[in-house]
Amino acid sequence: MLLEIEDLEVCYGSIPALKGIDLEVDEREIVALLGANGAGKTTTLRTISGLCHPSRGFVALDGERIDHLGPHEVAGRGIGHVPEGRRIFPRMSVQENLEMGAYRRRGSLRDDFERVFGLFPVLGDRRRQVGGTLSGGEQQMLAIGRALMSGPRLLLLDEPSMGLAPLIVRDIFSIIGQIREEGTTILLVEQNATQALRLADRGYVIENGRIVMADEASRLLADERVRAAYLGEAPPGS
Amino acid sequence: MCFTQNFWNFLVSGLADGFLYALVAIGYTLVYGVLQLINFAHSEVFMSGGFASLFILQAAIGSSQPHGIASVGFVALGVVGGGIGGALVAYLLERVAYRPLRRRNAPRLAFLISAIGASYFLYNLAGKEFGRNALEIPSPFVNGPVFTIFGATVQTYYIVIAIAAMAMLVLVDRVVAMTKLGKGIRAVAQDAETASLMGVNIDRVIAQTFVLGGLLGGAAGFLFGLNAGVVYTMGFTPALKAFTAAVLGGIGNIRGAMLGGLLLGIAENLPVGCVGTQWRDVVAFGILVVVLIFRPRGILGEQLGRAA
Repeated sequence: MLLEIEDLEVCYGSIPALKGIDLEVDEREIVALLGANGAGKTTTLRTISGLCHPSRGFVALDGERIDHLGPHEVAGRGIGHVPEGRRIFPRMSVQENLEMGAYRRRGSLRDDFERVFGLFPVLGDRRRQVGGTLSGGEQQMLAIGRALMSGPRLLLLDEPSMGLAPLIVRDIFSIIGQIREEGTTILLVEQNATQALRLADRGYVIENGRIVMADEASRLLADERVRAAYLGEAPPGS
Repeated sequence: MCFTQNFWNFLVSGLADGFLYALVAIGYTLVYGVLQLINFAHSEVFMSGGFASLFILQAAIGSSQPHGIASVGFVALGVVGGGIGGALVAYLLERVAYRPLRRRNAPRLAFLISAIGASYFLYNLAGKEFGRNALEIPSPFVNGPVFTIFGATVQTYYIVIAIAAMAMLVLVDRVVAMTKLGKGIRAVAQDAETASLMGVNIDRVIAQTFVLGGLLGGAAGFLFGLNAGVVYTMGFTPALKAFTAAVLGGIGNIRGAMLGGLLLGIAENLPVGCVGTQWRDVVAFGILVVVLIFRPRGILGEQLGRAA
């Protein structure tokens, strides 16, 4: 198991945001974590990355606990985090943003730049442009490219579709699929449940800090409760 | 009339002051960039650089009178020694006065009080240890007129300041723009949390930022002390003016600090020909008030607090 989370409880002050979560991600899987606003999706990712620390339970990567580490140390263990809202460095160029992704690495980055520009040709065209002037879709691509520059084994994606036009969302989801084909494991947090479940192998549904469903993505996609709650369909019998 | 009469003289001395303000202002602006904090103990970094260079040059020069290449060597020694002294104190300030507060998520006011306390502690300690009177740094060169420009004589001292300061300003600009350290500093200034997700150790970058600002501030303390001597209270006024310069240029913006320093140095010196020396500080702090009221983000600042 690449990533293992057990009985994870995380508090902001005295208010628990996560109330005992179990979650697993296997090598080369795409796992979707679905839920409404404030359900605990982002907190889960932030805890994996070391931005939050659990009051109970643990996070383990390759069987080794990482929940006591700081975020820069977790990054060094091979976890790339694309944060909610993209969080591009607004006054750095596209190239510098990508170099920041490789901050902990030494040696030539040429192959990595080529890989990212292969996935997102528009970033290659805008290498010298300042991050803050990119469109929302381009910023999302830059945020993903930046995380890939670290050569992560596990990529955490927090709402990559947020605020983007449907066509761009489709592009980004197809590239996420491609990234997995190239060998990177992905944990995907989304409100756009249909797209996420079509892409994912497995999915978890989180409500009020608890996992309420965990299953194959195709089964969740067909589940009436999921359809009612997250796919915008009327609940059965109404 | 009064304005034009000694224009070039006052411009020369204004530029020399301006270079020193610029060096010190960068320390304020770098730290503000990564911490959104005005390091009000930076005046003592400046003072420590002055004393460090004093002791080093006393040991190195003694009572001899260096000439030629030896002068260049001693100036470099003073700059480096002052810089290291300043950097050391800046690093200790970060570790002792600020980091423990950061760990506890202390409110902003606590940092300010801690800064003022550290500043009082340091300069009173210096006063107790090194005496209350100004000490003269053994001169690494023989001061005298080098050339005249439009009737204004330029002394060796001004040339030393200009060359040393310009070299350091260019160097720090390149370090911030091109090195990994510089990218780390800018990333933390723009979005510290995301920088940490990229693997940046924020604490380390903050310490490095204090050291970088301390190097420049300490070296400025040496250059200032060459002319004015070194005394435990020497940091107070120049550092406040350098803070003014940083605000004038746009706090958080490194080139803004350079520009603000030079402009402030010139602006406070030019009117001296008309109204007398006693107006210098009035003009300088008048500028601070006017900038804070009418353009708080400064000349090059984008928005307040987001301009590294």
